[in-house]
Amino acid sequence: MCIVAVMSVGFALLGLLESGPRHGYDLKRSYDQRFGQGRTLHYGQVYSTLARLLKNGLVEVESEPGDGPDRKRYAITSAGVTDVATWLSQAERPEPYLQSTLYTKVVLALLTGRDAADVLDAQRAEHLRLMRELTRRKTGGDLADQLVCDYALFHLEADLRWLELTAARLDQLAGQVTGHAAGQVVGQVHP
Amino acid sequence: MVNSANDPLLAADDLHLSFGSTQALNSASLRVYAGEVLALMGPSGSGKSTLLHCLAGILTPDTGRVTYAGRDLSAMSDSERSALRRTEFGFVFQFGQLVPELTCLENVALPLRLAGVGRRQAQGAAAGWLARLEVADVAQKRPGQASGGQGQRVAVARALVSRPRVIFADEPTGALDSLNGERVMQLFIAAARDTGAAVVLVTHEPRVAAYSGREAVVRDGRVREQEYAL
Repeated sequence: MCIVAVMSVGFALLGLLESGPRHGYDLKRSYDQRFGQGRTLHYGQVYSTLARLLKNGLVEVESEPGDGPDRKRYAITSAGVTDVATWLSQAERPEPYLQSTLYTKVVLALLTGRDAADVLDAQRAEHLRLMRELTRRKTGGDLADQLVCDYALFHLEADLRWLELTAARLDQLAGQVTGHAAGQVVGQVHP
Repeated sequence: MVNSANDPLLAADDLHLSFGSTQALNSASLRVYAGEVLALMGPSGSGKSTLLHCLAGILTPDTGRVTYAGRDLSAMSDSERSALRRTEFGFVFQFGQLVPELTCLENVALPLRLAGVGRRQAQGAAAGWLARLEVADVAQKRPGQASGGQGQRVAVARALVSRPRVIFADEPTGALDSLNGERVMQLFIAAARDTGAAVVLVTHEPRVAAYSGREAVVRDGRVREQEYAL
């Protein structure tokens, strides 16, 4: 996850440089404005990313007279343009979503005789709380805000659909989990 | 926290209702506060629409009590209940609620006309609400000539025109695509907030429920109500 985020910042900065050379400060501002969504870049991250891009020959520096990092203007190289094009043309790997903490919690609640419906209810309330916040932000925002919030809202909605489906099947799941447990799992949980 | 100093505008207490051998409500209780937007969620067949109809005085529970502004709905006569529905409540359903023979403007003016308001004044108010819901251009069209999204906005305008204190909305965007549904919800909730009306919103769509201030979940005829934090 972290690796993906760091990689994306590099490509995003490169992509932003395609429209023309910029200072690190401008680049950070432009990134934050377009893609930050409440999580802005640190200067350190901008300059370390630019240093890496420079080392890999994807950007070059146009220095201006004087000292300090803001005297440097970064320009994308033709290798950088090729890298951006390749990155854009490659599909992102879909998340497999197979290791779900919520599923684990539901099964453990059933195994230990706790109320699994409470687990789901608490999660529904928390998901809806965040969805309300995003909906408010979307309602007051421009198209970019709307699209970014919708991306999050559709994912959260998918979680909630799963949650409702699971809530409707809790009795069935309890039967399977505890039946299975009688042979093996409960013995491990309560030795 | 439930704010006990703030009495609910509408309350259901321990409702039971069966249709034949099917128990639709099984000790359902719910509070609706003035001006709030409450989402009533739950799987199909959980009893959420039945509960909505009981709250609105359309269905009478077998046992239990619904009170509106301190008045017991079951103690009212049929005509008192329908007067209440006409003057204090507004309704938005999934579809099929507009009178097909009337223009959209006449549809929106209808509740006011039924309440005895003159034609000119009623249509003036209706035109204002159509504009507020961004469908002024369909005023002279019949509902069949408007798109699904436009029709729902007209229905919302009609629900709001008599300035009700509670609006009951049963899957109001259920027949619309995401984009149209979103716009209807944005306009609907903004307009309801402006008038101070409470909204009871039945939906199984989380993105629609996200327009509410809190949710209550109906399952097997019972309600799990999120506590109200002021």
